[in-house]
Amino acid sequence: MFPSRFDLVVAQTVGEAVEAKAAAGEGGRFLAGGQSLIPMMKMRVAFPDTLIDINRIAGLDAIERDNGHLHVGALVRHADVVASGITFGAIASAAPWVADPLVRNRGTMCGSVAHCDPEGDWNSVLLATGADVVAQGPNGERSVPIADFIDGAFTSTLGEDELVVGLRIPVPSGRSGGAYLKLERKVGDYATVAVASHLELDDSGAISGAGLALTSVNPINTKVADAEAVLVGQQPSAELFAEAAELAAVAAEPRDDVRGTAAWKRQVVRTYTKRGLAAAAQQAEGS
Amino acid sequence: MEITVTINGSDHASDVEPRTLLVDHIRRTVGLTGTHVGCDTTSCGACTVLMDGKPVKACTVLAAQADGAEVTTVEGLKTADGLHPIQSAFTDDHGLQCGFCTPGMMLVGASFIAENPDPSDDEVRWAISGNLCRCTGYMNIVKAIQTAAARVAESSNGS
Repeated sequence: MFPSRFDLVVAQTVGEAVEAKAAAGEGGRFLAGGQSLIPMMKMRVAFPDTLIDINRIAGLDAIERDNGHLHVGALVRHADVVASGITFGAIASAAPWVADPLVRNRGTMCGSVAHCDPEGDWNSVLLATGADVVAQGPNGERSVPIADFIDGAFTSTLGEDELVVGLRIPVPSGRSGGAYLKLERKVGDYATVAVASHLELDDSGAISGAGLALTSVNPINTKVADAEAVLVGQQPSAELFAEAAELAAVAAEPRDDVRGTAAWKRQVVRTYTKRGLAAAAQQAEGS
Repeated sequence: MEITVTINGSDHASDVEPRTLLVDHIRRTVGLTGTHVGCDTTSCGACTVLMDGKPVKACTVLAAQADGAEVTTVEGLKTADGLHPIQSAFTDDHGLQCGFCTPGMMLVGASFIAENPDPSDDEVRWAISGNLCRCTGYMNIVKAIQTAAARVAESSNGS
């Protein structure tokens, strides 16, 4: 298989890339790792007439901490996230579960976020950790909270002339922990169910911040805000996590498919929420 | 478009269509058919090559993206002294049945043991988890990769 014909623009700067995208209009797509886009083009599900390769743009491959945030550049591969010593919680937990080792060598975290595949892993992790997407267009840069960035399945609120240049993930200042529990049939498969958990504790050991998001059980990655609200202000306990898990199970709208029945997936949401929050609390208490 | 890819140490300059995939470029333009096309959908890893030292699925990389890159295919594994240790270990440990996945398995194995000279079963299984063997001959593939690692470690200790 091979893609339909397209023009390739190899951008050397973000400015060039954004300009080429604006010129190409709706028929233009950015190419970073290409691990979702190229297969879609080969299957003719996607057929951009202009592809703007951003892989040669200098300075987009950094993953660094600055000003209380973890910054992940547009060319940071999943494998770089796995190998990085400066990630934390749910980010570090999710990275080895994205795709397979070879795909992780090419695919980028930002590309995956921008792709907005409703069964993608990263957007749940970003919803749980409260991250921003940094987009650059002709008029400069703007930060968009991930919840506002995701618009639906495979659609974001990114402008036609904007490039995702990075992610800005808040690093908790106090004790914190997180987990990404993913059930998959085999390595590289989409999640049957996955749950991203994130907890922050204050000096008394009470939960001062909580994030919970679900993958593959709703039409899009879903933040469970009412479960988060129940957690904040409380001391971590199995009873509390069970209560949050019930709310997560209610928020999930799984469907029967080849991966399992809806009822079973809802039960996995319940179990993984309890386990994920317990793991996050344990990590936070030990941090 | 004009591209130059260094494949197994030799520069190959060609004029390719932007939509040409790296695996097709290697097989058809350059004529090295050791790199296989299996699923053609980024699942099986039969098309694995090393691009700037890292294993990637060549069915999911454009040839144009490899412009200026160093690519190693299975043909590039052999050394002046003969077979690469991963190749002799696959032979000795019967690490292949039909052989279709073998180029990918050996390239992933070679790259992996360079980073991890004494891998456990689990570590090897994790490393090859992006490559499928439809003969299900995983036991001996894992064993062969460990044998190769041990031989490389032994020869570097002895020298």
